[in-house]
Amino acid sequence: MEIFLQQLINGITLGSIYGLIAIGYTMVFGIIGMVNFAHGDVFMLSAFIALILFLALTQLIGITSLALAFVVVLFASMALTSLWSFIIERIAYRRLRGSFRLAPLISAIGMSIFLSNLVYVLQGPRNKALPPAFTEVIKVTHGGGYDVTLSLKQVLIVGVTAVLLGGFWFLVQKTSFGRAQRACEQDSRMAALLGIDVDRTISLTFVIGAALAAVAGVLYIIYYGVINSGDGFVPGVKAFTAAVLGGVGSLPGAVLGGLLIGLIETFWAAYFSSDYKDVAAFSILAVTLIFLPSGLFGRPDVEKV
Amino acid sequence: MQGSAQPVSSLSSRDTSRSSRFRAALIEAAKAGAIMFGLAFPILAWRTDLNFSNELFLRSRWPAVFAAALAAFVIRFMLAAWPRRAAKTVTAKAGAPPHALTMAARLAGGAGIAALIAFPLVMLAAFGPAGAQKWIDNFGVQILLYVLLGWGLNIVVGLAGLLDLGYVAFYAVGAYAYALLSTTWGWSFWLCLPVAGALAALWGVALGLPVLRLRGDYLAIVTLAFGEIIRIVLTNWTALTNGDAGINSIPRISFFGWPFVAGPHGFAALFGLKYAPVHRLIFLFYLVLALALLVNFLTLRLRRLPLGRAFEALREDEIACRSLGIDTVATKLTAFALGASIAGMAGALFAARQNFVSPTSFTFMESATILALVVLGGSGSQLGVALAAIGVIGGSELLRELDGLKAIFGDGFDPTQYRMLIVGVAMVAMMNWKPRGLIAIRKPSIFLVKAKPVVGALAQEGHG
Repeated sequence: MEIFLQQLINGITLGSIYGLIAIGYTMVFGIIGMVNFAHGDVFMLSAFIALILFLALTQLIGITSLALAFVVVLFASMALTSLWSFIIERIAYRRLRGSFRLAPLISAIGMSIFLSNLVYVLQGPRNKALPPAFTEVIKVTHGGGYDVTLSLKQVLIVGVTAVLLGGFWFLVQKTSFGRAQRACEQDSRMAALLGIDVDRTISLTFVIGAALAAVAGVLYIIYYGVINSGDGFVPGVKAFTAAVLGGVGSLPGAVLGGLLIGLIETFWAAYFSSDYKDVAAFSILAVTLIFLPSGLFGRPDVEKV
Repeated sequence: MQGSAQPVSSLSSRDTSRSSRFRAALIEAAKAGAIMFGLAFPILAWRTDLNFSNELFLRSRWPAVFAAALAAFVIRFMLAAWPRRAAKTVTAKAGAPPHALTMAARLAGGAGIAALIAFPLVMLAAFGPAGAQKWIDNFGVQILLYVLLGWGLNIVVGLAGLLDLGYVAFYAVGAYAYALLSTTWGWSFWLCLPVAGALAALWGVALGLPVLRLRGDYLAIVTLAFGEIIRIVLTNWTALTNGDAGINSIPRISFFGWPFVAGPHGFAALFGLKYAPVHRLIFLFYLVLALALLVNFLTLRLRRLPLGRAFEALREDEIACRSLGIDTVATKLTAFALGASIAGMAGALFAARQNFVSPTSFTFMESATILALVVLGGSGSQLGVALAAIGVIGGSELLRELDGLKAIFGDGFDPTQYRMLIVGVAMVAMMNWKPRGLIAIRKPSIFLVKAKPVVGALAQEGHG
């Protein structure tokens, strides 16, 4: 029971990170119907940006307050990653709308290869580790010779995720951008006819998706403490799995899917085999796409001729 | 819609005076420079390095950041200040007649094949038996293996239009089939080659059956997932595959039973030659070449068969295909199995070349490289894929050879790490510029040679 509780805590933490990345996939898929294959690498890039900024703040400027550094890094990383995503959309995807069916996906794969190799070239092949931060641990309960702990990191991750998801929900549901975004998602041609700047809305969608991925990147580097230029791929695929599981295009679905994937992965690693934990996520992806392509909350994909 | 160039061009059409155009160009260029500075700011400005006590520290590279920003500024300024004339409206060019294209392609193909057949002998003459090894192995055999893989994937992606991101899984199945069958049961290479192809095709069908009704990009992601699953299983099923350590001492290829060894029973003794290790490589080269040419021949023939036409119809419009009564699932499965079997045979050849297989040879990056060959060469174009393989694989091998670059960029400079970076950029550029690939001349497999007279009298007899 204590092990179960501990894994539940770990799984929710991991799931929050996946959920944040999954929103980027699901929004972009909803609005232009493409799998943004480079999104996982944008996430990896943001973790690197966070790592470098954190080192710059603590070593070069000499900020001693960890909380202040965290807040500065979080917002700076969101802004810089958004800029990257904005430019990526401009260069790699915008002109391909209306090109042949597979062109945007192939371009996105090229962009993904470019990003991971760019970071590899610029930052080197080794794992880069952040000095341990937010290591305080709270003991929740004790039983059977096993302590159930909740670390400050985990509280921080779940807390930041919850606050940002609240803000994000407000943005999509209550603001004019959110209305435009939802309109473009339903029918972009009709939205354009009604005077919505579709290009700008799509750009902003990429920017917001990247900002949330950047939050995930900052939380990831704090949680695991290590990042490598190849680390965008597997979390990216898992977050995409989360988006698919929740129903592509559905925002609550993406968050719930992320939590589910995080929980499944954690429990799989705890009770079965940690060697095969990635197989669990990949299998869920395949099984969901084959048997439940519209996911838990998605609209069924109606093919119109 | 047209990106950031639009405000400048519309401004310049209203007011053509040079100064205002330059001012607008300067503003655009300043924006580009600022954006580049923002992109380069943390990731290029500081490199994270480990010091002796294993802690990260930052090494600054500010000159590079300013250089990048300046480059963006200058390039953007040039583009904005001297805009190219508006792109001419694309008129449907009357292409060269099919016969001329056929002739040109045949000539190029014939010359290419002649050059390939002569390649090992030329290398042997130029570098001697010891010096030629590197060239025949790294350039010849390796590039041909990629050509083979590219042509195999071309059937799936180029002809049938199914984006397979896990193609390397079938390559792995073939390589491990030969590795395991030859080391545990002592099967010969010649027996293993078809078995590897058949096993890979079987896997193709098994994996393809559930996923082939998915739409294009979902299919891509699921094949990617399957590819990764196979790699993870190969890594972790240590009892069978020996995990990351891989399988060693896979038997080397033999000349139809005569091994390439020194001694009375070897290949050299059989032909009265002096033993040299390069013989094995030359034989392997011709073997891969023969298989590649066979695959090429079959693919070109396939395009004229109803099956091949069904592939291409499927690529263009699946719904139309289905309404014309083509069994889309069976057609897709055939394409998948054909492509997989070619990858399987290439895998067996790969294992025979390396004498060693491990899961690290079958990562997603490998799939992406093969896909890049197809995408860059021109989906569906055999010659294009071959040229892309020579360019991408041969190019990166050449980079490895260029020690002179180290003198310019310093000792730590490793040109090969730029290979995938360039491939990624090339894929994005290709999709923007020529989405159908570099050589997009796909000759129609069916066309009218001569207009046939259609008159009522003939039609009645059934000739029209």
